[in-house]
Amino acid sequence: MKITPYKTMALLVFLILIHALVLAAGFVSPYDPIQQDRDRPYAPPMTIHFVDAAGKFHIRPFVYLQRVRESSFDQYQDDLTTRIPLRFFPKGASYRLLGVIPATRHLFGSQDGIVNLLGTDGYGRDLFSRILYGGQVSLLAGLLATFVSLFIGVLIGGASGYFGGWVDSIAMRLAELCLALPWLYLLFGVRAFLPLLVSPLKAFLTIVVVIGALGWSRPARLVRGVALSAKERDFVRAARGFGASHSYLLRRHVLPQTKSVILTQVAILIPQYVLAEVTLSFLGLGIPEPAPSWGNLLSSLQQYSVLSSYWWMYLPALAMVPFFFGYLSLSSSLQDRPCTAKIDL
Amino acid sequence: MRYLARRFLHALLLFAAATVVTFLFTALAPGNYFDEMRLNPQISPQTLTALKAHYDLDKPLVVRYLVWLESLVRGEMGYSFAYNSPVAPLLLLRARNTLLLTITSTLLAWCIALPLGVWSAEYSTQWGDRLVTGVSAILLVIPDIALALGLLMIAVHTRWFPVGGMVSVGSEALSFAARSWDLARHMFLPATLLVLTAQPILVRHIRSSVAEALEQSFVRAAEAHGIPRRRLLWRYALPAAANPLISLFGFSLGALLSGSLLIEVVTSWPGLGPFLLEAILARDLYVVIGGVLLSTLFLVTGNFIADVLLFWADPRIQTE
Repeated sequence: MKITPYKTMALLVFLILIHALVLAAGFVSPYDPIQQDRDRPYAPPMTIHFVDAAGKFHIRPFVYLQRVRESSFDQYQDDLTTRIPLRFFPKGASYRLLGVIPATRHLFGSQDGIVNLLGTDGYGRDLFSRILYGGQVSLLAGLLATFVSLFIGVLIGGASGYFGGWVDSIAMRLAELCLALPWLYLLFGVRAFLPLLVSPLKAFLTIVVVIGALGWSRPARLVRGVALSAKERDFVRAARGFGASHSYLLRRHVLPQTKSVILTQVAILIPQYVLAEVTLSFLGLGIPEPAPSWGNLLSSLQQYSVLSSYWWMYLPALAMVPFFFGYLSLSSSLQDRPCTAKIDL
Repeated sequence: MRYLARRFLHALLLFAAATVVTFLFTALAPGNYFDEMRLNPQISPQTLTALKAHYDLDKPLVVRYLVWLESLVRGEMGYSFAYNSPVAPLLLLRARNTLLLTITSTLLAWCIALPLGVWSAEYSTQWGDRLVTGVSAILLVIPDIALALGLLMIAVHTRWFPVGGMVSVGSEALSFAARSWDLARHMFLPATLLVLTAQPILVRHIRSSVAEALEQSFVRAAEAHGIPRRRLLWRYALPAAANPLISLFGFSLGALLSGSLLIEVVTSWPGLGPFLLEAILARDLYVVIGGVLLSTLFLVTGNFIADVLLFWADPRIQTE
């Protein structure tokens, strides 16, 4: 398995594309993720048709209207006589594109009826929209937590490698301690001592900070290794000889050399932290309803009835796979690339 | 020997520091187990104060820590509010279930991964190796939680094996053989999940270290002397590749208690994971601390065992 720069580029493009899809969730998804429809709990996914029951071909794709079966509340049947043609770029629920630009146009939808491509959950909320919006929450949590982790890691690791001495010993003992504690248990433990019932935004920030702050030790150790060898290189020594200050040396000469290590860590940490958020939310310790996240979308599967009767509630788990594929392949292709700075651990 | 003594001291200090850190985290906690009782009009404020005093919650942190240390020495690890009993017996009961599951699955995982890894390093560039690396890549990309829920769903739909719990209702009345069979059937799902999630990482590490060892000149020299391939692989390359694998094995040992949390919860295996989760939601302070520290103890011990094994396996460390 040779990994070429060409392949790395292809992976990057793939990652950017799927992130753009999630970023533009408001536009791509036809409905608001928290809009309920009490008449349609657990509606199954719809199939897009071109040919109707009479065998007639239609250029405009359509779905059939789902009617609740007699004497049932969650069993649906396609009404083959009523077509719901899909419209492209219709007006719908208002949203903010990228969180700022107010808009009402969606990629697709219909004025003639409800289109739940991937079905609905127990409150009749559109699963397709919830998966996209949930991706925003989970991925942002992963990204921000990675940022927090790397910020602390680079700060401590850089200082520890550059200054050495007692700063180094204290920082590295602390890092060892953090690595010795079981990560997921620690995450749970820390989460246990924070308030359980908080607003979604507060819960989101709490999770980001907790996940990020607990994961600093690995990047710190790596950055320390690079800084340790970087400060002994000739041009850094020369700059120090000319009287450059510590902050200048760190900023201009030492930290830039850690760039490749940090990039690799980004690709490794993001999926790990997204998974941490998903796990926490799945277990009810993370982002609370009604805000969607991949984790709390899956949490309904803890009920046996959902697991046995509504298979489409499993779809959010599959939505994660392309992202993990992208990040993991990217990290392995970055690790294969010859590093500019020699890393010693 | 001095090396081992130093590693042991190191592990001991690490564990001691972990107890302090975990206790410090609890000091950050807003509220405690009895806060929700305040809303209950049937419980008077006096009772609450008395309860808090009884459990030492009104004392400063240092005192609480010392009291807890004392109870650790007595083998109690503090007192559970919700169960109204010492923590250690509660934890040990759950830890036993967890270990039953994880020791089985770790053994299985290594027994499968070792031949697979060595074999795929030997035949790298052939279709067998491509198959192994391909399957591990796919397993690596599917998040644990997706794999767990997916298999659970298959189990529920096909009814091939039981979902949830450790024993069937009324299994106490069965014979020993039937009870073991019942247990094995219940363990099948969580154990499969643990083996599958561990597999790609183990295979990758084993494959890359064996492949690296095979490239070395002494292996080639041995090959030139006409030593059979099988002997070359298992007697020459594998010991040379052993060091990172021993560290990895130590890590596997260390993760025995903490590695299966999610899968235990998903498949409702009555182990430490669901117990800890319940304690977190109930704010049962000492159970949480006990759970975290018990699994820390395992991690630290696992690393120490890896150090001992390395010392035993690698003469270079002994002479250092």
